Amino acid sequence: MITVENLTKSFGPKLAVDNISLSVQKGEVLGFLGPNGAGKSTSMRMITGYLPPSAGKVSVCGYDVLDRPLLTKSRIGYLPENAPIYSDMSVFGFLSFCAELRGLYGSAKKKATDKVVEHCFLQPVLHQSVDTLSKGYRHRTCLAQALIHDPDVLILDEPTDGLDPNQKHEARSLIRQMGQNKAIIFSTHILEEVEAACTKAIIIDQGKIVAIGTPAELKARAPLAGTIVVGLRGVTWQALQPELAKMRFLAKSELLVESDSRVSARLQPTGALLPELLETAHQRRWQVEHLTIDEGRLDDVFRAITMPDTERGSSL
Amino acid sequence: MRKIWTIARRELGAYFSSPVAYVFIVIFLLLTGFFTFMVGGFFDRGLADLLPFFVWHPWLYLFLVPAVGMRLWSEELRLGTIELLLTMPVTPWQAILGKFLASWVFLLIALALTFPMVITVAYLGHPDFGRVLSGYGGSILISGAFLAITCMTSALTRNQVISFILSVVICLFLILCSWPPVTNIVVNWAPAWLIDGFAGIGVMTHYEGFQRGVIDSRDLLFFLSVIGFFLFTTSVILRAHRA
Repeated sequence: MITVENLTKSFGPKLAVDNISLSVQKGEVLGFLGPNGAGKSTSMRMITGYLPPSAGKVSVCGYDVLDRPLLTKSRIGYLPENAPIYSDMSVFGFLSFCAELRGLYGSAKKKATDKVVEHCFLQPVLHQSVDTLSKGYRHRTCLAQALIHDPDVLILDEPTDGLDPNQKHEARSLIRQMGQNKAIIFSTHILEEVEAACTKAIIIDQGKIVAIGTPAELKARAPLAGTIVVGLRGVTWQALQPELAKMRFLAKSELLVESDSRVSARLQPTGALLPELLETAHQRRWQVEHLTIDEGRLDDVFRAITMPDTERGSSL
Repeated sequence: MRKIWTIARRELGAYFSSPVAYVFIVIFLLLTGFFTFMVGGFFDRGLADLLPFFVWHPWLYLFLVPAVGMRLWSEELRLGTIELLLTMPVTPWQAILGKFLASWVFLLIALALTFPMVITVAYLGHPDFGRVLSGYGGSILISGAFLAITCMTSALTRNQVISFILSVVICLFLILCSWPPVTNIVVNWAPAWLIDGFAGIGVMTHYEGFQRGVIDSRDLLFFLSVIGFFLFTTSVILRAHRA
């Protein structure tokens, strides 16, 4: 549905987006991550056809965005950053204006407007002036505008920015639900959102794609991903160390907490460490109080990738 | 065509949803009345025509048209709604024309409300209605030309005040370069080709015919090409914003 090839944008000497390529199919939700100023919004503006790229190609539903602007624009629903809205209109007036620009008139317009009003919970403020809306409602009004023509492709620039936790949850489930039969790209700063709503995620930094994969794949790249945190009773750290040294699949070990006869340690495996560990514990009659395998945190991956100099994941 | 109408209707709605429209119309009517009767000496002339009415229009438009048009694109740039508008399936030309026509219709409404003036002369004497009509036509064209200039200046900046001032300066230039009191001074030292050149682009020379009831196709062409030129410049500026 969306294909981006070698997209580049420079503002004067500054390279805002540097040679990025990606594709999103129907049924996929792509999360766009990156620090502020990484080029997320610029990329999205080029995909929607608002900014012309300096080099590279964007095609939406098989058509080039520059060659067939009206055709591709009519297939895209776009929520710009900060959800801009004409402040002198009512919510209803704004939505009918957008519906008409999308080529919906008469009963089709009414049907489309009613549907998005219901979807985005705008009924209570329908005839209120946009000026007087709270930030959450403004955002939802602008989101409603992006959905009004039931587009195949949705580009959402920080759709949950400025919403309260309940509204964030609603927005996320809305995105996930719509992702089943649309191609969606959305950008965010909130990493849990990527895990909650995306099928694929991209991290971009200084205009370049630095990581791409499913949320699970990205998490596996965390420095601590796959390490075993174990709590044992009936052994001291001193007594534990020689036993650990005998293990074949252990790369590194680190003491987390020690008190009385309890030890909590983080172990980095090189292979099937877990059976080995459990067997030793069984033989020595240590009680295993807790055992977790660290899945890795997206926050850590994000930090490690976008700020390699201040990497703090090397605690092992 | 339908999209141009949608955009124009939204813009017109924006004028009338705030007090600005009503304030503007009232001030426009008060000023036309004041200039016609007090400064223009409508009654002293003893003639049943609207010359003292039309002669002031370029000077009124000099300030009032930039005031009407300054928000057209500046507001879009300031609010960021331009991103919304230009990612809709509309061409930039549809957006430019829609906005321009909305403001022009608004100015037309204000001008139409000066109809008591026509009734007054018709009551007092037997005016030449052809002249009245051509005077109104010229007035509409001047407001359109000034409006196109304001469209361009408002596309330049997100600041409405800057857009207003720039537009007033350009419009003032177009008035002064063929306004007799100025040309009479300049004629002493400037070469003839320069004077003629400036007179050619000045709005006053081209407006004069309309006031006398003479519709010259060259004057008509002048105003239409000024409108076309500045709207084209607007489209270039809007494209440059994005590139």
